[in-house]
Amino acid sequence: MSNSEIARHGISRWFRRGPWESVAMTLIGGGIIMLVQPVSIDLYSYSFVTILAGTVGYVIVSHFPE
Amino acid sequence: MTTITQPDDAAISGMGAAARARTTRRVRGLSDRTIAWLFVAPTIALLLAINIFPLVWMIRLSFTSLNLSMSYLPLRFVGLDNFTDILGDEDVWLRLQTTAQFVISSVALQVIIGFGLALLINRQFRGHSFWTTIILLPMMLSPAVVGNFWTLLLQPQIGPFNYLISLFTGVPPSSFSMTGQVALAPWTIVLVDTWMWAPYVMLICLAGLRSIPDYIYEAAEVDRASAWRQFWSITLPMTVPFLMLAVLFRAIENFKMFDMVNLLTSGGPGSTTELVSITLKRAAFEKWRTGYSSALAIILFVTVFGAANIYVKALNKVKQR
Repeated sequence: MSNSEIARHGISRWFRRGPWESVAMTLIGGGIIMLVQPVSIDLYSYSFVTILAGTVGYVIVSHFPE
Repeated sequence: MTTITQPDDAAISGMGAAARARTTRRVRGLSDRTIAWLFVAPTIALLLAINIFPLVWMIRLSFTSLNLSMSYLPLRFVGLDNFTDILGDEDVWLRLQTTAQFVISSVALQVIIGFGLALLINRQFRGHSFWTTIILLPMMLSPAVVGNFWTLLLQPQIGPFNYLISLFTGVPPSSFSMTGQVALAPWTIVLVDTWMWAPYVMLICLAGLRSIPDYIYEAAEVDRASAWRQFWSITLPMTVPFLMLAVLFRAIENFKMFDMVNLLTSGGPGSTTELVSITLKRAAFEKWRTGYSSALAIILFVTVFGAANIYVKALNKVKQR
C-alpha cells in the first residue's frame, strides 16, 4: 500500500459523514435548547454561536463520503 | 474484387435524424445548453431578486445601526453590536421562552389529538370519507381567516365559545375573555393552533399507520396478542418515525408562527403571548430599529435553518424505511 493510499484511507476513516452529522445535529439541538431555556442567560448568550457552528458544520460534513 | 457494403435502414434513418437535428440547431443558432439556460434563467433571476438579494441585504443591515425613523443619519457600521445586544437582552430571552412554551404545548397537543384521530380514521366505517374531509377542513383555511373568525368566536359578549363554556361551568359568559386575560390567552393560542393543525399531524400519522403491513397484525393475532399489546409492540414503534417527522415540522412552523397570533392577541395582554416573531415585527415596524431587527431575523433564520437540517435528515430516514 503506497503512502498516498494510506493517507487517503486514514482521511476517509476520519472524515465519514455519519458520526460528524450526529455531532453537528447535537450542536444544533443543544444550541436551540440553550436559546429557549429559562435557567441561565449565559447559556442563552452562547446559543447562537452554537447553532451557527452546528449549522455550518452540518453543511460541510454533509459533503463527506458515507 | 471490390465489395460494396450496403448500410442498413436503421443506420440511414439514424444519420438522417442526427443531420436534421444539426441543421435545426444551426438554423436557430442556439445549442441545447443555451436553450436550457434560457428557460431556467427567469426562475433564477426571480429567486435572486426575491430570496437571495433581500437575505444578503439583511445580513449587511444587521451589522449597521440603521433606524428607519432616523434614516437621514449616515449608515454606521457597528460590527457585532446588534447581535451582542440581542443575546444579552432579557426581554428577547423571555419572548423566546414564551415561544418555546407555545411550541411545546401546541405540538404535544397536536400529536396526541392527531394520532388519536389517525387511529380512528384508520378503521373502516360508514361515512369514513365524509368525516376525513370534515376533520381536514381547518388545515385548508388561511391562518388569517382562522385568526379572524376565532376572534369573533371568542368575543366575550357575542361569541359562542364563552356561551358554550358557561353552559358547562355556570360562569357568566361575559365575565371572562379568552384573549384578554393573562391566564387564558396563552392557552387560547395553543387551542386555536391545535384546532388548525392537529389534522395535519393526523394525515402524517395515517400515512404511518397505512404503511404497516397487515401480516404483522395477523402474526400477532396468531400469537394471541391483545389489542393493547399490538398497539404498544407494533403500531406505536412503527409509527414513531412519522410522529417524529410531524413533531419536527410542526415545531419549526410554530417557532415561526406570526399571522394567527398577531390577529388573535397581537402579543397581548401585556406581552403574555408575544412570540419572538411579534417581537421582531415590533422592533422592525414599530420601533424602526432596522439593524437590530435584521440581526434578530438572522438569529431566527439560522435557528430554523439548523432545525430544518435535522428535519430533512429525519425525512430521509423515513423515506429509507
